[in-house]
Amino acid sequence: MENHVIEMLNIRKEFPGIVANDNITIQLKKGEIHALLGENGAGKSTLMNVLFGLYQPEKGEIKVKGKKVNITDPNVANDLGIGMVHQHFMLVDTFTVTQNIILGHEPKKFGFIDLKKAEKEVADLSERYGLKVDPYAKIRDISVGMQQRVEILKTLYRGAEVLILDEPTAVLTPQEIEELIKILKSLVNEGISIILITHKLKEIMEVCDRCTVIRKGQGIGTVNVAETSTDELASLMVGREVSFTTEKQDANPGKTVLSVKDLRVKDNRKVEMVKGLNLDVKAGEIVGIAGVDGNGQSELIEAITGLKSIESGSIFLNDKEITNLSPRKVTQSGVSHIPQDRHKFGLVLDFPIGENMVLQSYYQKPFSKNGILSFNNIYDKAKRLIEEYDVRTPSEYTKARALSGGNQQKAIIAREVDRSPDLIIAAQPTRGLDVGAIEFIHKKLIEERDKGRAVLLISFELDEVMNVSDRIAVMFDGNIIANVLPQETNEQELGLLMAGSNQAKEGAQ
Amino acid sequence: MFSNRMFNLLVPIISVLLGLIAGAIIMLSFGYNPIDGYIALWNGAFGSPYFFGETIRQVTPYILTGLAIAFAFKTGLFNIGAEGQVIVGWLAAVWIGTTVDAPMFIHLPLALIAAAVAGGLWGFIPGLLKAKLGVHEVIITIMMNYIALYVSNGIIRDVLTDSKDSTDTIKESAALSANWIMELTSYSRLHYGIIVALAAAVFMWFLLEKTTTGYELRSVGLNKHASEYAGMSVSKNIILAMVISGGFAGLAGAMEGLGTFGYMPTHSAFTNIGFDGIAVALLGGNNAFGVILAALLFGVLKIGALNMPTVAGVPSELVEIVIALIIFFVGSSYIIRWALLRLKKEGN
Repeated sequence: MENHVIEMLNIRKEFPGIVANDNITIQLKKGEIHALLGENGAGKSTLMNVLFGLYQPEKGEIKVKGKKVNITDPNVANDLGIGMVHQHFMLVDTFTVTQNIILGHEPKKFGFIDLKKAEKEVADLSERYGLKVDPYAKIRDISVGMQQRVEILKTLYRGAEVLILDEPTAVLTPQEIEELIKILKSLVNEGISIILITHKLKEIMEVCDRCTVIRKGQGIGTVNVAETSTDELASLMVGREVSFTTEKQDANPGKTVLSVKDLRVKDNRKVEMVKGLNLDVKAGEIVGIAGVDGNGQSELIEAITGLKSIESGSIFLNDKEITNLSPRKVTQSGVSHIPQDRHKFGLVLDFPIGENMVLQSYYQKPFSKNGILSFNNIYDKAKRLIEEYDVRTPSEYTKARALSGGNQQKAIIAREVDRSPDLIIAAQPTRGLDVGAIEFIHKKLIEERDKGRAVLLISFELDEVMNVSDRIAVMFDGNIIANVLPQETNEQELGLLMAGSNQAKEGAQ
Repeated sequence: MFSNRMFNLLVPIISVLLGLIAGAIIMLSFGYNPIDGYIALWNGAFGSPYFFGETIRQVTPYILTGLAIAFAFKTGLFNIGAEGQVIVGWLAAVWIGTTVDAPMFIHLPLALIAAAVAGGLWGFIPGLLKAKLGVHEVIITIMMNYIALYVSNGIIRDVLTDSKDSTDTIKESAALSANWIMELTSYSRLHYGIIVALAAAVFMWFLLEKTTTGYELRSVGLNKHASEYAGMSVSKNIILAMVISGGFAGLAGAMEGLGTFGYMPTHSAFTNIGFDGIAVALLGGNNAFGVILAALLFGVLKIGALNMPTVAGVPSELVEIVIALIIFFVGSSYIIRWALLRLKKEGN
């Protein structure tokens, strides 16, 4: 009998109309890092929510250290030593690290919070696991990577022996990911067991001991990472062969479509975020902008698309100036924009998917005649796009909110690409999507490039930038600090460039 | 267990029933017979042609203020200013009704349009401030209510009359009232206004659901960021929504000025037609046809309740409490929604 800390045996969880988990078994050994792999919507979160006591399973049993348990709510899970770090951090910005960690479990002395004691405990824990967290720092002053460590510390402070991490690397830079991996390994050495929810295969190969794959709610099986490959894992997850390096011909750049000259943009706080940036994108090429979030990428896109007015500089599209035009004029002059935040900008979630398909063109013929909408034409177009772009939706009348993230994104891409623009701006087009959807979107972007369109890709995922771009511009502190070709660089160098390292810049030149 | 449509229908119905039950308990605990009370209420609203006519007359402005609030809601705005918009609409209608000489087919529409424009202007100001300066519309509309109340009193006293506390009666050619309707309903004050109100409801539905403008308004209401991204002007739509919303409320004022009263008295306090419109819109689910039904319920309660003190001996204060309880349960429909959802969950 092996030493399992957690066993979830033949778990089945149903929701009205769907079976989210069917006969899934996952067994976590003490001191291992166990990956839980699956596409979005495969049922990973449901399974972990069952373990965390948020859902009750219809069938199956959960054992902790060999004893059958009934986890009725998250407090029970906490008491059993199960801790979870969510993808979106649950921290109070204006509190210090220590205050956040003790929140809800405050050590008390005469009815007052004993902050001194707590700070010492946090410092001790941090040292023991090599987390290097400053117990006195305020959350708003520390980096995202550091905030994640605070979340990990929070669970350890509450006595967690089993740590569930939900997509922990999604928000980190390559260097931060390396640090995290070190931390995970040291946690395991101290006897903590870890479940890592992810769909990044490379990370699994690097840190995990075993990997349980689920697909469409079904448990596919558990494999030893040492005995498998990324290709095998991917096909287990998706159910078919997947190509990673996106197949593409060499670019055949034509004339300059987008030309940005000496652009300066301030953000809402009046801080200059884009500082004299120059950038050209030619027809038939994909230019990828690599950079850590917050180095002016959002402001650059907003300036080009007319969502934000600029301080100085100029923007040309096909030699016509589009500086400070309204978003509608920019759209009409041939720019499509796949926005970074699809819920905030890309869709009106409570509109039917069909009405979302004409979000920029609803006022034009044939969708509107004399100010009256023609729903027949709108839904005809929606139906055609849904079919062409394989948007999985019960019908074109379904609210956009009800679709999965991947299908929402496909709908946006359908709408933006179908307008036959000269320039496509794709900001993080695959954020949070699974490999199947990512593959589809990358293929579409390359197809559009091959049709002679200019594509500007902004992504925080190095893999994506390296794979899809024909040219990479590295953005740091409001400027393009390096232009590199994907075939002549590597992740290490890009990572250093993105961190603003001059050494790497010189090396690249 | 329930379809979504059923669900949306069930929530207001249960709210009303709970309100009636709570009202019954109050009546019982004060020693009145709730069955007698509610029978008196029913008869007071539908018991005779006169009562029926009065009920419909009361429903008319409620539909319009309900539409005003609902329209603003649909666009993501909270128009507390319907009250003030009613007052300026009333004043504008009576002003045109008393001073202009024209045949009816010009005079009456002119007076109605004046009321809508006045209400629209009263909505334009908070809309403009919201769109351009980001000032919250709730604060501005509340203030605009007071401005409307006291400015209209001043105009009635010092401009339209010589220190009187009521305007002259409007000319025949601007009146919504008609003898044959009054005769039919035993001389209630029922007037043609109900047709205007119903047409306004159809207009709102058509505008929001069928036109390009409505698409923009709904889109801005549901997601400002996506609307801006898609090239719509958020500020233009906010202003437009407040103007149309104010226009509906202004028309409600015209119903009182051209229909029910035929003149405008100075007001020492608010008419409450605008404020009641908030509850009407809520109960009607911010939907044009829902608003008609909700306004009907409010009209029935208001007019029917007048019969309760005389017939069933229930004091009018208790009647007000019963009405307030119904509104309370409507307002707390969240609780009912939650309870229904639990039922739904367990049923499955």
